[in-house]
Amino acid sequence: MAERCAVIGVGQTHHKAKRDDVSIAGLVREAAKMALADAELTWTDIDAVVIGKAPDMFEGNMMPELYLAPALGAVGKPMFRVHTAGSVGGSTALVAAHLISSGIHKRVLTVAYEKQSDSDAMWALSVPQPFAAPLLAGAGGYFAPHIRAYMRRSGAPEYIGRMVAVKDRQNAMRNPYAHLHIADIDMKMVEESMMLWDPLRYLEACPSSDGAAAMVLSSEDALSGQYPPAWIHGMAMRSEPTMFAGRDQVNPRAGRDCAADVYARAGITDPRRQIDVAEVYVPFSWYEPMWLENLGFCDLGDGWKLTESGATAFDGDIPWNTSGGVLSSNPIGASGMLRFLEVAMQVRGQAGEHQIDGARVALGQAYGGGSQFFAMWVVGSDKP
Amino acid sequence: MSPPPARRTPRPVSIASFAQAHNVRRDDEHNEVEMLMPVVAEVFGNIGITKDDVDFICSGSTDYLIGGPFSFVTALDAVGVWPPKSESHVEMDGAWALYEAWVLLQEGEIDAALVYCFGRSSPGNLNEILALQLDPYYVAPLWPDPVSLAALQARALIDAGRATEADFAAIASRSRRDALDNPKAQVANDIPAEKLLEDEYIVSPLRRHALPPITDGVAAIVLAAGDKARQWSKPVWITGFDHRIETHSLGARDLTSSPSTAMAAEGAGVSEGPIDVAEIHAPFAHQEIILKEALGLDDTVVVNPSGGPLAANPIMSAGLIRIGEAAARISSGRARRAVAHATSGPCLQQNLVCVLEGG
Repeated sequence: MAERCAVIGVGQTHHKAKRDDVSIAGLVREAAKMALADAELTWTDIDAVVIGKAPDMFEGNMMPELYLAPALGAVGKPMFRVHTAGSVGGSTALVAAHLISSGIHKRVLTVAYEKQSDSDAMWALSVPQPFAAPLLAGAGGYFAPHIRAYMRRSGAPEYIGRMVAVKDRQNAMRNPYAHLHIADIDMKMVEESMMLWDPLRYLEACPSSDGAAAMVLSSEDALSGQYPPAWIHGMAMRSEPTMFAGRDQVNPRAGRDCAADVYARAGITDPRRQIDVAEVYVPFSWYEPMWLENLGFCDLGDGWKLTESGATAFDGDIPWNTSGGVLSSNPIGASGMLRFLEVAMQVRGQAGEHQIDGARVALGQAYGGGSQFFAMWVVGSDKP
Repeated sequence: MSPPPARRTPRPVSIASFAQAHNVRRDDEHNEVEMLMPVVAEVFGNIGITKDDVDFICSGSTDYLIGGPFSFVTALDAVGVWPPKSESHVEMDGAWALYEAWVLLQEGEIDAALVYCFGRSSPGNLNEILALQLDPYYVAPLWPDPVSLAALQARALIDAGRATEADFAAIASRSRRDALDNPKAQVANDIPAEKLLEDEYIVSPLRRHALPPITDGVAAIVLAAGDKARQWSKPVWITGFDHRIETHSLGARDLTSSPSTAMAAEGAGVSEGPIDVAEIHAPFAHQEIILKEALGLDDTVVVNPSGGPLAANPIMSAGLIRIGEAAARISSGRARRAVAHATSGPCLQQNLVCVLEGG
């Protein structure tokens, strides 16, 4: 029987294009110290540290958990390193949570980061591999054809992507930690920005950020902190192959199966009605309508209609990415954890200007690879 | 370092099946997926199951060996995860992937997991690659290679009066002689220690024999709990499992000891019963002396009967192979209680200890 687990502390850095005021160790400590302070704990209260980040080549530092062990107070403790592509921030939180739900530890610190300015992610993503399709245009080049396929299937009008780009950047104005603060963002500004990967324009793509996220997770008998705990109601991971003729990369089965699993664990049968707020990995604007369908918030083909109706806006009935989302801050390895962290903040009532009143049940989702790795959790203010 | 908390009794989980590739210096004919496919087929075939019988998959590898990002992504094709599976990956040796799967099995919701790992060292230059594990601001730019760092550790051991070069040669001689009985070993021979001492130094005080071979290799384990553990094979139970890390700064560590191994050994309950066999992940001969002491093993314990990492050292797999080899000694009736160890990082910075017992 799994033990209950809760988020009792959250911390994150101010995400920026270049955090040249800190080393990698300084960056992760900034987030971790904030999470410890929120939980009203110190380093010695932590039993184990679980760290995650995207490819080591993004900074040129192989297995950086070795170097970061003292900076994260892990000396003499178990330290664990997760890497599951773009979903890594989410799966790192899940691995950490399982250390508690399995009964092995009482308090676990989990941290995820990327310091993109130390290297060049586009270069690291584009190293040619034998017998593999080159990813020369980075992630956007990979995903743009899937977006075009979605537009063709659903008949979505081309301005839907721009609506998401504007909405998430407007939400980011409420979040002091967000990388992008574009006060005068509007449809016209997005439309006039440079075309990167048709149909994605510059302002429909995520930024490259330096940043870190951290959470303290706790068992039921070790709760602490200045805010009420965010109880984990369900956790799930799913993966599917990259290259497989039976795959639907627009609406991947791994995502649908992962959602079904996490909803079953959390007792959710009608996500649109039961989930108060969601943070979903939308690195390119069109992934909001695509994931609305994949996550079962609407019928197939109707995702763009929900976006167009304003349902996912801050004042809509299912606000998505109230933090500004990946479109506003993208320290890649931490981007998934930020989704999980933001929903914990929502149900703890500590989200400040981007708090949704009365948020009690929230979904965090992260995906990675070629839309093939998924990690999700549902957190709530009520004990499950 | 504070002592670990009182040990909880874990849910019994069995090493139901283990498989590894033939360890070789250079496998130019297969990519990672092609190396893994027969090993994954074997680890399932050993016990007559398929991927549909496991509820979770976890793998261990590092991108830096292949020289490209996301090397674990395509490796998943060796299993063929359709329909989609609950799956995860650690940028660590497969022994830690096994730990993650074991943690999940502790919750009691699932009963079986596949763990696999892979490492091809041949495409690159390990001395350059492993230097990138070091502090990226103050140490890595000096490009200290892992052999030189291990030599510092060996020198400290000699200076402390705890070992001689002859001890290193004896360990190497014994390991590679034992490897003659291991069909998967890369380096197996019968050369007396006195003869090995005629080798030239690679980095003093380490002569060629005290270094691990450079290896391409992969390995896999199936974990099982509950009824599946008893149905699939004669159980080899994991009765203790722990891992710990030390500080990164070499200057802040006593390189002649391994406190993280000692803590993990305590956490895993190594001393709670007699140990018959130890499979120790000591890539350099002198490290066996340090680790044996940290694990609290006396001279009655058979150490590395497989030949150990001196006979085959596939990076990212050599730790998991220690657990598989120790389990094999128990399932074949040659040992009742065994300890397996895995290490990561420069000069044994991070260590994992797994205690195994027959059913």
